[in-house]
Amino acid sequence: MCLSIPSKVVKIDPETNTATVDTMGVQRSAGLDLMEEGSVQIGDYVLLHIGFIMNKIDEEDALESLRVYKEILDVMDEQERRAAIEESENCPNGGV
Amino acid sequence: MGLELKNLYDDFRDADTIKAYAKIIAVDASKLSHPINIMEVCGGHTHTIMKYGILQLLPKNIKFVHGPGCPVCIMPKERIDHAYVLSQQPNVILVTLGDMIKVPGSNGSLQDARAKGADVRFVYSPLDCLKIAQENPDKTVIFFAIGFETTTPMTAALLDTVIRQEVKNILLHVNHVTVPEPMRALISDEACIIDAFLGPSHVSVISGSKIYEEFPRDWGKPVVVSGFEPVDVMHSISMIVKQFIENRCELEVEYKRAVTREGNLKAQAMMDKYFHKVDFRWRGLGDIPQSGMGLRSEYDRYNAEKIYDAVLPKEEINDHKLCICGDILKGKASPPQCSIFGTACKPTTPVGSCMVSSEGACSAYYKYGNLPLS
Ligand code: SF4
Repeated sequence: MCLSIPSKVVKIDPETNTATVDTMGVQRSAGLDLMEEGSVQIGDYVLLHIGFIMNKIDEEDALESLRVYKEILDVMDEQERRAAIEESENCPNGGV
Repeated sequence: MGLELKNLYDDFRDADTIKAYAKIIAVDASKLSHPINIMEVCGGHTHTIMKYGILQLLPKNIKFVHGPGCPVCIMPKERIDHAYVLSQQPNVILVTLGDMIKVPGSNGSLQDARAKGADVRFVYSPLDCLKIAQENPDKTVIFFAIGFETTTPMTAALLDTVIRQEVKNILLHVNHVTVPEPMRALISDEACIIDAFLGPSHVSVISGSKIYEEFPRDWGKPVVVSGFEPVDVMHSISMIVKQFIENRCELEVEYKRAVTREGNLKAQAMMDKYFHKVDFRWRGLGDIPQSGMGLRSEYDRYNAEKIYDAVLPKEEINDHKLCICGDILKGKASPPQCSIFGTACKPTTPVGSCMVSSEGACSAYYKYGNLPLS
């Protein structure tokens, strides 16, 4: 299921051109190759797709989405939650 | 109406909001002069529509035609055979995404190849190939790349890194496809009954809504670009119905929180640098000119299809004669009308393209066919 949970940028590594992003408490690395240099800053909200930052989203929109997703994820157990977050940006097939 | 976009953020899955939309749609639909058939292009939407029982909430004069937007479902068997054959080559690690690994080709699926000892791996991101290549310097990692405009830039970014870091042991087998060409192919068919399109979410984030401008303008088919959530889909359906009762034919974006007209220009540039348009044969739809994205010839030395040309099978494999996926994609039939739906053809033994992945129309019907809204 493509949830598209917004992630928050917590670190940027210009060396590898990657960012560390936090998706509802789960941290991972995401490629910056598809974003203009300097356009993504720490604290920005972004959408990911198969390991890359795909675009930025407005903070207000992001916070509202996160509130909803939190309710959904609250009813899952820890393992389900982690899996849902980690797979959230993917159409199962890297799809559409 | 009382329902604003703001409310959508409050609850993308809220059953009351969905039902409220169902009422609005029912009232508006009663003013329609003829029934309308909406194609959701994206398999992700097919999934949402089936999973949340959206079809059951709609009035009888609004029907859905499930589109070709699942990159696994549309992969012709001969290309799956390519992946299988590549996985059998000495010192090769074959890497791919998603359900691709489960789809049977003529000799079996990639999963079967793995069971027989081939090194086939499934990854979440093309970037994972870099790590696999580094850990296996004496092997060749072949990335079997699939997906629409959403994923093509990510494959381009992988190749970009491979070139910059001078990685010697990664090759690509490219199977990327694009959205507007099959949409055009479907509506050019006289038998096609599609009246309007629900535009994909992620593709539009990358390509921008501009890629659909021709559909209302040149083909008289409204397009509403929709988000993934059930409330997004209901909102988008309502927008489409309103266009019909108000005699409008436009491109509208419901998924404004992520989609702009221009899309992600950097990603588009990355895609153009490494790929160019090529013809592609779609499972279920056949040959569609210029509907694929192939590697530009400058990058032949990274192209597994060129390098392994001598061992790759060339003959095309036709769809099973009982399979009616082509008609399903054109809206001429729905999955239960197939004579082998749910019997010979099931998700565990898929015969046709629409059954092979969880996003395909037949598979979604099989799984969620009669589920009411919970
Ligand atoms: S049920 Fe199977 S064989 Fe029948 S149309 Fe669907 S995919 Fe094709």
